[in-house]
Amino acid sequence: MGENPILRVAAKILFAPIIVFGLYVQFHGDYGPGGGFQAGVIIAAAFILHSLIFGLAAGRKLVPAWLNFAMLAAGVLIYGGVGVAGMVLDGLFLDYNVLLADPSAGQHIGILGVEFGVGLTVTAVMLALFHAFAGFSEARFSHDGSAEDSSPDGKDA
Amino acid sequence: MIGFVTNLLLLVFLVFILALVIRARRLFAVVVLAGAYSLVSAAMFVNLDAVDVAFTEAAVGAGISTVLFLAAMAYLPGQEKPAPDEGVINSTLLAALICVGAGILLIAAAIELPVIGDPNAPAHVHVAPRFIEESGSFLHIPNVVTTVLASYRGFDTLGETIVVYAAGLGVVILLSGHTRTARTIISSVKSVTTKTGRRPSASKTAKKVKSEKTFKPGKRGKNG
Repeated sequence: MGENPILRVAAKILFAPIIVFGLYVQFHGDYGPGGGFQAGVIIAAAFILHSLIFGLAAGRKLVPAWLNFAMLAAGVLIYGGVGVAGMVLDGLFLDYNVLLADPSAGQHIGILGVEFGVGLTVTAVMLALFHAFAGFSEARFSHDGSAEDSSPDGKDA
Repeated sequence: MIGFVTNLLLLVFLVFILALVIRARRLFAVVVLAGAYSLVSAAMFVNLDAVDVAFTEAAVGAGISTVLFLAAMAYLPGQEKPAPDEGVINSTLLAALICVGAGILLIAAAIELPVIGDPNAPAHVHVAPRFIEESGSFLHIPNVVTTVLASYRGFDTLGETIVVYAAGLGVVILLSGHTRTARTIISSVKSVTTKTGRRPSASKTAKKVKSEKTFKPGKRGKNG
């Protein structure tokens, strides 16, 4: 798909606005529809679009595998960390009231942190799934389709 | 009234898409139709004032799922295998009977449900009033869905996040060639060929060996 100039230009133009929209959905979840789950999917969609148009290798350059897996774990850790922070500050697990002096503000911070963790994990899972599926098929097809000894090493990452 | 008519139209549209899905033999068409189904469901959720659910349905069901299905479709043949001729009538009849029976049971159960938006429904008189009142006045978070999801039911959402995490990790591990089966195949391939190679190329060879092992007997069985 990467040869079509219309697709390339459209992908380049759309990439940043999709991420900005994802961040809006992420951090505006308190006031409107949205939250971590939706935002994570939208942000992942931007990176998947990039991978679809410019190839898997370019997508992996943008979000390397180690970063992807770090995000995957970091999201859950952030969520759990917000919960443990409540315990450290003499509250219960996932009790946001004690995070700040004002319980209402504490709830705001707690919900933002938790939603951020959810968004991070969902983004990473969607990206990892896409790369696992698409990378797997590319490896199989390039091996089956091309000559046996053409050493396709290093093309996929 | 208008809402009811719109819902009815959307429902008819859903049934129409379902009929197309059942008729379609090309998997590509099925995947795209499934995306359309999710989009129509999202419109229905909007009509039912469940905007957050609609948002999720549109983003996950119609968006990412379609892309992931398309990516996964690369491993499948493009066409669904036609069903064998003998015994079709019997199995179809049985399936239709079960479907109609389950449908009648569901409709019978739905008749008992309270009207949508009924303030006296059991689900709306337990803890929901406290959530709705507190979220606006005490927490100053207008979107009650977010408060319930992240604060009142934060523990549930933690579990959900862990499920998403585990599911993603599981799929990646299965496909990355780090499972025991893949390792055995890799080691056997390595002992046969002199090519040492890095892990990616080794796993590629493993996939090829695996696919040959699984596909060849089937083909022979069909021909013979």
